[in-house]
Amino acid sequence: MNATKQHNDSDIQNNKAIIEISDLNKWYGDFHVLKEINLTVRQQEKIVICGPSGSGKSTLIRCINRLEEFQMGKIVVDGIELTNNLKNIEKVRTEVGMVFQHFNLFPHLSILDNLTLGPIWVRKVPKKEAEETAMFYLEKVRIAEQALKFTGQLSGGQQQRVAIARSLCMKPKVMLFDEPTSALDPEMIKEVLDVMVQLSEEGMTMIVVSHEMGFARTVAQRVMLMDEGMIIEENNPEDFFTNPQSERTKFFLDQILH
Amino acid sequence: MAQIEIDRDYIATLKPPVIKRGVVGWMKDNLFNSVFNSLLTIATILLLIKVVPPFFQWAFIDSNWFSGSDVCRDSEGACWSVITKNIRFIIFGFYPYELHWRPFSAMMILFALLFLSNDSKYWSKSLGYGWLAGLVVMGILMKGGILGLESVDTMKWGGLPLTLLLSVFGLTAAYPLGVVLALGRDSRMPGIKYLCITYIELIRGVPLISLLFMSSIIFPLFLPEGLTINKILRAQAAIIFFTAAYIAEVVRGGLQGMPRGQYDAADSLGLNTFQTMRLVILPQALKIVIPPTLSVLVSAFKDTSLVVIIALFDLLKTSQTVLSNPKWMGFSPEMYIFVALLYFLGCFSMSNFSRKLERQLDTDKRT
Repeated sequence: MNATKQHNDSDIQNNKAIIEISDLNKWYGDFHVLKEINLTVRQQEKIVICGPSGSGKSTLIRCINRLEEFQMGKIVVDGIELTNNLKNIEKVRTEVGMVFQHFNLFPHLSILDNLTLGPIWVRKVPKKEAEETAMFYLEKVRIAEQALKFTGQLSGGQQQRVAIARSLCMKPKVMLFDEPTSALDPEMIKEVLDVMVQLSEEGMTMIVVSHEMGFARTVAQRVMLMDEGMIIEENNPEDFFTNPQSERTKFFLDQILH
Repeated sequence: MAQIEIDRDYIATLKPPVIKRGVVGWMKDNLFNSVFNSLLTIATILLLIKVVPPFFQWAFIDSNWFSGSDVCRDSEGACWSVITKNIRFIIFGFYPYELHWRPFSAMMILFALLFLSNDSKYWSKSLGYGWLAGLVVMGILMKGGILGLESVDTMKWGGLPLTLLLSVFGLTAAYPLGVVLALGRDSRMPGIKYLCITYIELIRGVPLISLLFMSSIIFPLFLPEGLTINKILRAQAAIIFFTAAYIAEVVRGGLQGMPRGQYDAADSLGLNTFQTMRLVILPQALKIVIPPTLSVLVSAFKDTSLVVIIALFDLLKTSQTVLSNPKWMGFSPEMYIFVALLYFLGCFSMSNFSRKLERQLDTDKRT
């Protein structure tokens, strides 16, 4: 771990909490998918969550912007508590960006229109300004020359970078990544991870569901393992990968390292 | 292990094989590729020889185009004069003869607007205003009563203008209503949801004819005395309500085909439900269901001819009226061929338009 990151890490510990999850429980019918989750995320903190499929990690981050409802517990995002109040939900969603495994770009719109849709309709930004912002972020993810194409004409890696830019256009305070590289061809993973590393260096608060261990080591302050709806282990990346505490984590790391 | 030698020069010379076959080769492959197919081909050719030349003889060579009905009766050929001699009644029905220019101009305005709307490069706000202005002008032309135009009772409207009126308004009103019903049926609010389900199932459960009967005979019984609603309007409403129920189910199919991820992405941007539907879901879902939507619209267009049973004189009824005149009795093949041709032109233009629209909206394919 390099010196600046260590320095930053200790700073971040004193930052204000931006996401506070307490005693979160969620059921799908009778299936208890999230069990007593407690998690506080501080501003600029980067958290990587890993775990076997079905462990509830995607469900957890989908609860943070209320793509999933939950039955018990409390989630507060940037001082706004998530309840059934639609206004609050929409407000939280504008502050929280999300990137999906399957990109979920809008295929009927050009790349540029994908990026300006949210700012124009939700943030009520004038069209011209929204397009300037969009081009700024497309430059940032190194794909500006594709602005007028449609999503079907782009490779998976390009689409995921567009999806990241689309979220950034809303100027979110937190970014959630739900397995952003799992659906990509191996040759395209790096271009997406590079964008995410760059984003983390600029101080974005990020929660990333991913098994990319190189990425976790470079950017994360905390790495967590989820299993059967619970957070089993939480540690700094170095200890998490080299000196795991629980048997479950050791087994999991064995499996993904082959 | 070593790097594999690749002869790039040789690879660059390779071209896709060209398959060249003449007419004979094509026929051998497609028409005579088995004993059974050869027999079918020969039988079909014999049938065509038996049918096509006599029809051609009847329709074009021996035919009468402008002669009177007595000349027709002595002739072997088709009597197209049944149409040419009665064209104004077929097209305009009982609309006052000397005022035929008014429905004629109204139709020309309609055709011009339809023609412009057919090409997306003319789609703009001004075309929208053009439609609004056009509708007002067409209404004034048909009804009269102001601007020094003689008033014409709607009971006298008939023929092609009536068919067009019922279809153009019927289809353009039924489509948005159907979309709203489809969204309502998928709504999370139980009141709206069950209202829409009840509506759709009730309307789809009865034939259009019975709806037309209800609108023209039963419905007026419930109105307070003295209040009447125009008969054409009632038929129009029946057609709209009927077609909307079918459109709703087609659109619902499209909505169900939308992946969950599209809703997730729209939600995560903070779009509200209305915006999500209008900006993300409907543009895609409606595009997917263009072909079945067109089927519904085409059959609704043809079903407008059912208004004859409540004594509205649409195109089909005016034609039948001509045929019931003793002078022209017996020339129904000619007349029905003509009417079929008009309906075909309408349906075919709709198909063409939808195919064009599909191509234009085809943005999500790799190129």
